[in-house]
Amino acid sequence: MTPAAIGVDVGSTTCKAVAIDADGRILARAVEPLDPRIEPQVERLVAAVGGGAGPEVPLGATGYGRKRVKAGRAVTEITCHARGAYARTGRPGVLVDMGGQDTKVIRVGAAGEVLDFAMNDKCAAGTGRFLEVILGRLRVPFDEVGALAGGAAKAVTVSSTCTVFAESEVISLVAGGAPPDGIVKGLHQALASRVAALARAVASGAPEMFLSGGVALNAAMGAALRDALARPVRVVPEPQLVGALGAALCVLR
Amino acid sequence: MILRRVQYEAARRVVGPVLASLDAWQRRLRRRRGRPRAGPFGPPLQSTRKLKELMAVHYYQGRFADGAVPVAWVTSGFPVEVLRPLGFHAVYPENHAAICGVQRLVPALSDAAEAEGFSRDLCSYARTDLGSVIAGRTPVGRLPRPDLLACCTNICQTVLYWYRALAERLGVPLVLVDTPYVYGREAKPHLLRYVRDQLEELVRVAERVSGRRTEPEALAEAARLAKVGTDLWGECLALGRHRPAPWTAIDGFFHMAPIVSLRGSEACNAYYRLLRDELADRVRRGVGGIRDERHRLLWDNLPIWFAVRELSTLFAERGFNFVCTSYTNAWAEAGSRIDPADPLGSAASAYTHVILNQDLPNRLGILRRLARDYAADGAVLHSDRSCKPYSIGQVDLKERLAAELGIRVLLLEADHSDPRAWAAEQGENRLTAFMEGFA
Repeated sequence: MTPAAIGVDVGSTTCKAVAIDADGRILARAVEPLDPRIEPQVERLVAAVGGGAGPEVPLGATGYGRKRVKAGRAVTEITCHARGAYARTGRPGVLVDMGGQDTKVIRVGAAGEVLDFAMNDKCAAGTGRFLEVILGRLRVPFDEVGALAGGAAKAVTVSSTCTVFAESEVISLVAGGAPPDGIVKGLHQALASRVAALARAVASGAPEMFLSGGVALNAAMGAALRDALARPVRVVPEPQLVGALGAALCVLR
Repeated sequence: MILRRVQYEAARRVVGPVLASLDAWQRRLRRRRGRPRAGPFGPPLQSTRKLKELMAVHYYQGRFADGAVPVAWVTSGFPVEVLRPLGFHAVYPENHAAICGVQRLVPALSDAAEAEGFSRDLCSYARTDLGSVIAGRTPVGRLPRPDLLACCTNICQTVLYWYRALAERLGVPLVLVDTPYVYGREAKPHLLRYVRDQLEELVRVAERVSGRRTEPEALAEAARLAKVGTDLWGECLALGRHRPAPWTAIDGFFHMAPIVSLRGSEACNAYYRLLRDELADRVRRGVGGIRDERHRLLWDNLPIWFAVRELSTLFAERGFNFVCTSYTNAWAEAGSRIDPADPLGSAASAYTHVILNQDLPNRLGILRRLARDYAADGAVLHSDRSCKPYSIGQVDLKERLAAELGIRVLLLEADHSDPRAWAAEQGENRLTAFMEGFA
């Protein structure tokens, strides 16, 4: 089946592509770690999800590398994540998108439009990169994080939310004999408290909260965010693809 | 002394203008050779040539000021009219630092200040100025050595410590005008008396430093000129209320140089008559600051000097024009308070009631008024890492503006002159997302 639109999300860590039908349903998806040679990678992923579709199929591009996508219309991740999450949940509310390089809190309106948003500043604390660096130090693979943190008897307090300082803090904790599962749980709490502070800037009075982005694949993050905000947080289905889906929806005729 | 004075006068009357016109001629020649600029902006303002000449001559003349006339280094919010009758040449380190910011010299100058132990958390204007003194580097050729440092705390408290450091380093007297913070709409009478007493002392100190006496008529005339200049600047800004606005507020950031640095002089006022007439003519002819004005925005706080062109282009390309700013407006607010019949008393009031010396409800009032008067449908609040007094309270201001006026408001983290505090890609991403929200 020829897709009605294709969306690509060239993020800081991974590159995602989806093809959708005229109703916005995802027909095909592809995810790869980001290749520094962006153009050939995008071409490959678009071909993989497009099923031989020609240039007549509109292409939407988002993410930090969106300007590198030839023949695509560039839209920022903020607009795309709002559109994508709204399409999957059908509800307005506050969306927390946790990506590799930044975290965004977006207030989504009743028609899937962006009402307001806040982002982390230049600092990488509160992003996927923070988790990646510290989990790398603890030698914990990303797909085992949820179970490890969930099984921890007690969280070890990690006071620093700066990636650089937290890394040395974790080294001291490990040297002091703290259990790795407790450290991982503590890390998630530190990260969630940072994101919660950002969320409060735009979330006041919002009815529902959602989580998207690659970090949301890790169940421990949703749990930590729920604890930090003291309210339910729903993970958007296929959270890593929300930006690419939104990009496709933005160019759907 | 006499030779120095001749040089100083010749710099303003003959040599400076000749050099400036040579420079303008060269620029025109270069432009003629290059292709005409097609971009999102309207035709350039003709007055800009005069502005460049005025400021170039001012800085050129400054090279010969020390030894010829008394020289004062003053803060942007200082009542400089009091110094004019005594023949002071006034240097504005903040304006100089803005020039360094536009030319992206701040990291190097700041490094020189940081090497002497000044913290990077200090205001980048302070680091630039101290760094310029320490390293002996400036893009304007030479800054004249001051005989007097004149500091007014109506814009921030940092200026006091900054000027103290200058006073110690340069071994010159520092005069302070301390303006208590205004809570509520009007300062209490006893506070204005306190400021006025300091202005009287300032007159005595400045007389001692310059070796001259203040003539009351000359002081009244300086106040009159400052009042006229301030009102003329206000007229220029107010023409931005027309649709399309005849210029961009970004132009305003550059055209404000005379009202900051030459306030209280006839040259300043002559310039703003020229600019006002040109803007009024553009309004009559329907010429806009940008070609296709679809959205009108308010800017709060200082500009991001090193990225001002890139950012205004990013906006202009999408039909967004900044039509007003709380910063350029600050120099148009004082006119109604200045009274030539009572130069010192009215200066005490005018310089105490500046935007940064007033509480949050007053600041909200100014932003609300600007947004309404200029029919802005959005606002960008620059959270300036260097300017804490201007940036504090912006989260609340953002919420109130958005709720009360129903406009879109963005908080943007940057710095007025240190590019190391600005992430271009992330910043532009945020601004683009903000603009996408208007569709």
